Amino acid sequence: MKNRAWYFVIPMLILMSIGAFLPIMVVVNYSQHYIFAGSAPTFVGLENFVEVLHDSQFRGAVSRQFLFTFMVLVIEISLGLMVALALPKKGFWVAPCLVLLGIPLLIPYNVVGIIWRLFTQSDIGVIPKIFEVLGGYYNVTLDSFDAASTILLLDVWHWTPLVVLLVYAGLQAIPDAYYQAAAIDGANSWRTFRFVTLPKLRSVLTLGILLRLMDSFKIYSEPLLLTGGGPGTATTYLSLFVARKAESYELGYASAASLIYFFIVLVMSYAAFQIITRIGKGGKVE
Amino acid sequence: MARIEFKNVSHSFEIAEGKEKLEWAVNDINIIWEDGVANALLGPSGCGKTTMLNIISGLLMPSEGKVYIDGKDVTELSTRERHIAQVFQFPVIYDSMNVYNNLAFPLVNAKVSSSKIRAKVEKIAEILGLVDYLEFPSSKLNSAEKQKVSLGRGIIRDDTVGILLDEPLTVIDPKMRGELRRQLKIIQRELNITAIYVTHDQHEALTFADEVAIMKDGRIVQVGSPHELYSDPESPFIGYFIGSPGMNILDGKLNKSNLSLKEFDIEFSKDFRDKIKIKNGECQLGIRPEAIITSKVKTKGTIPFEIIIVENMGSYKILTLIKKNESNRNLRIKSRTDIDMSVSKGETVYLKFPEEYLKIFKDNHKIY
Repeated sequence: MKNRAWYFVIPMLILMSIGAFLPIMVVVNYSQHYIFAGSAPTFVGLENFVEVLHDSQFRGAVSRQFLFTFMVLVIEISLGLMVALALPKKGFWVAPCLVLLGIPLLIPYNVVGIIWRLFTQSDIGVIPKIFEVLGGYYNVTLDSFDAASTILLLDVWHWTPLVVLLVYAGLQAIPDAYYQAAAIDGANSWRTFRFVTLPKLRSVLTLGILLRLMDSFKIYSEPLLLTGGGPGTATTYLSLFVARKAESYELGYASAASLIYFFIVLVMSYAAFQIITRIGKGGKVE
Repeated sequence: MARIEFKNVSHSFEIAEGKEKLEWAVNDINIIWEDGVANALLGPSGCGKTTMLNIISGLLMPSEGKVYIDGKDVTELSTRERHIAQVFQFPVIYDSMNVYNNLAFPLVNAKVSSSKIRAKVEKIAEILGLVDYLEFPSSKLNSAEKQKVSLGRGIIRDDTVGILLDEPLTVIDPKMRGELRRQLKIIQRELNITAIYVTHDQHEALTFADEVAIMKDGRIVQVGSPHELYSDPESPFIGYFIGSPGMNILDGKLNKSNLSLKEFDIEFSKDFRDKIKIKNGECQLGIRPEAIITSKVKTKGTIPFEIIIVENMGSYKILTLIKKNESNRNLRIKSRTDIDMSVSKGETVYLKFPEEYLKIFKDNHKIY
C-alpha cells in the first residue's frame, strides 16, 4: 500500500463495520423477509416496506414524531436563545447559573422518565395536585393532550439547557468590537441582535438544531417510562412504534419500519444542515 | 469635520471597581486634534492609547476632565450623538450582509431614504475602490477589503466629524498593508477629515500622520511632526522609541569642556558648550546610530570600539559595539554603516560623535 495511513485506518474500518455496518445489513436482510417465530423466514422482497407505508398506525407515529420534533425545535431553540441572552455575562452569578442549568443534562434519560412519572402520577404527583388546587384537570394516563404535552415539557426541561449552554458559549465568543461598531453605526437593539448576534451564533445554532433534531427523533425512554406510549397511541413516537413491533416478533415489519425511520432522520438532518448553512451567507438581505 | 479637544482628561478603571489606590490609565491629558489633520497617537502597548480612543468615541466616560468637539462639551454624550466613526483593530463587518448593505447599514439605521442611500453608497464605494464588490458577500472579502468596508461605514454618514483608527493594519496581510496604509492616507486627504490613528508601530504612525502625539504611561510626552520627533526628541524615551534602532542613550557627567561618560569622554567645542544652558552635573547623552560616523581608521577625536554584533539590513548594516579594553561590557552603542563597509565581529572600529547631532537630556528632559 502506498499510503501507510491505511494501516491505521483499516482496523478502525473493521471495527466500524462490525459495530455499525453488519447490524444494519442484518436489518436490511430481515426487512426482506416475512419472519414468524418457530418457522423458517420467507423472502418477500419489498412487501414489508409497502405494508409499513400503508399502515395508518405507522403514518400516525410519523406525523406525531414530526409534530413533536417541530415543537421541540421551536420551543427549545427560541427559549434557549432567550435564556442565554438573559444570563449574566460575568460576575458572581455566572457559575451558579451555569451549574443549575447543567443539572438536567446530567440526569440519564430513564431517570428523567421516572422523575416525571412521579411528578405526574395522578394519586401522588405534584402536577395533578397543582391542577386540582387551581380547579383544573390533569391526567397523563387518561388524557391524550396532557400526555403529549407532558412529554414535550419534559423534553424542554431536559434539553433546553443544552441549547442555552451552546448559545451562551457562542455569545461569549463575539468580540466587543462588533457591539461597539453597531453602537457607532447607530443600530438599535433589535438590529444589533439581527445583524451582529444572530449571524455570529449561526454555527452554534446549527449545532443545537441538528443535535436536537436528531435526538428528539430518537426519543424513547421517557415516553416508555412515563406513559408507555399511551393513552392509546397518543405518545407512541417512531422509536416506540418500531420497538413495539419488534417486541411482538414482527421482525420483518419492524426492520422495514426502522430502515424507513433511519432514512427519515438522515434526510431531515441533511436538509436542516443545508438550509441553515445557506441562510444569510451574504447575498441580498432586506 | 471637527476639532477634538481634551481638557485635563484622566481615567482610572479602579474607580469603577471601588478600589482605594488608583492607577491612572490616562493621566491629566490636554491635547487638541485640529480639524482635517491626520493625527497619530503612538505609544508602547499598555500606555493608554485605546483608553484615549474609547474616551473620544464615547464608549468610555473619563473619570475626570472634559472632551470637546468643535468647542462643544460632549463628555456626557453617547457614542451615537458624537458622530465619531471608528475602525477597529480587526475588521468588523456584518458578515450576513453583502458589501452594499454593510455600507448602507448606518444610513438605514438613521432612516435615510433608499435613493439617497444608493447614491451615497456608490460614492463611498468609488472612493474606497469597492465598486465592483457591492453585490459581493462581505464574508468573502480579504482582510484589507473588509477593513475598507468598515472604514466606509464610518465615513458614509454626512455628520461624521472624525474617524478613529485603532491599529487598523494589525491583522492585514503584510503584502496589502502598505497599499492599505497609502489608501487610508489618500482618503483622509481627499475627505479632509480629522483622523486619529492609534498604533504602537512608529513606521505606521510616522507615514500616516502630519502630527504625532507620543504617549507613555498614560501621559502625552511629546506632540510634533514626524520630523520633529525624530530630530528633536523631548526625552530619552522618545529618542529611543522613534527610529529603528532607537537613539543611543548614555549616562554621563557634564564638565566644563567635555562630557565624561563612564568609559570615555566626548570633547566639546566652546561654542557647543556655551549653548548648553546648565552648568555641570549628571546628564544623559543621546545620539542616533545613523549620526555616528564609523571608521576603520583612527583619526583625531575618535574613540575605539569593539564590534560584538553585525546585523545586515540589506541596504545598511547595524553594528552593536562595546568600548575597547573595558571590563564593563554593559555599555552598548549601536551605529549604522554603509552596506559596503566590510566589518566583522571582534574587529575594532573608531567612532566619531558629531557635535551637531548630540542631544543632552537631564532628568528625562531635553536640555539641548
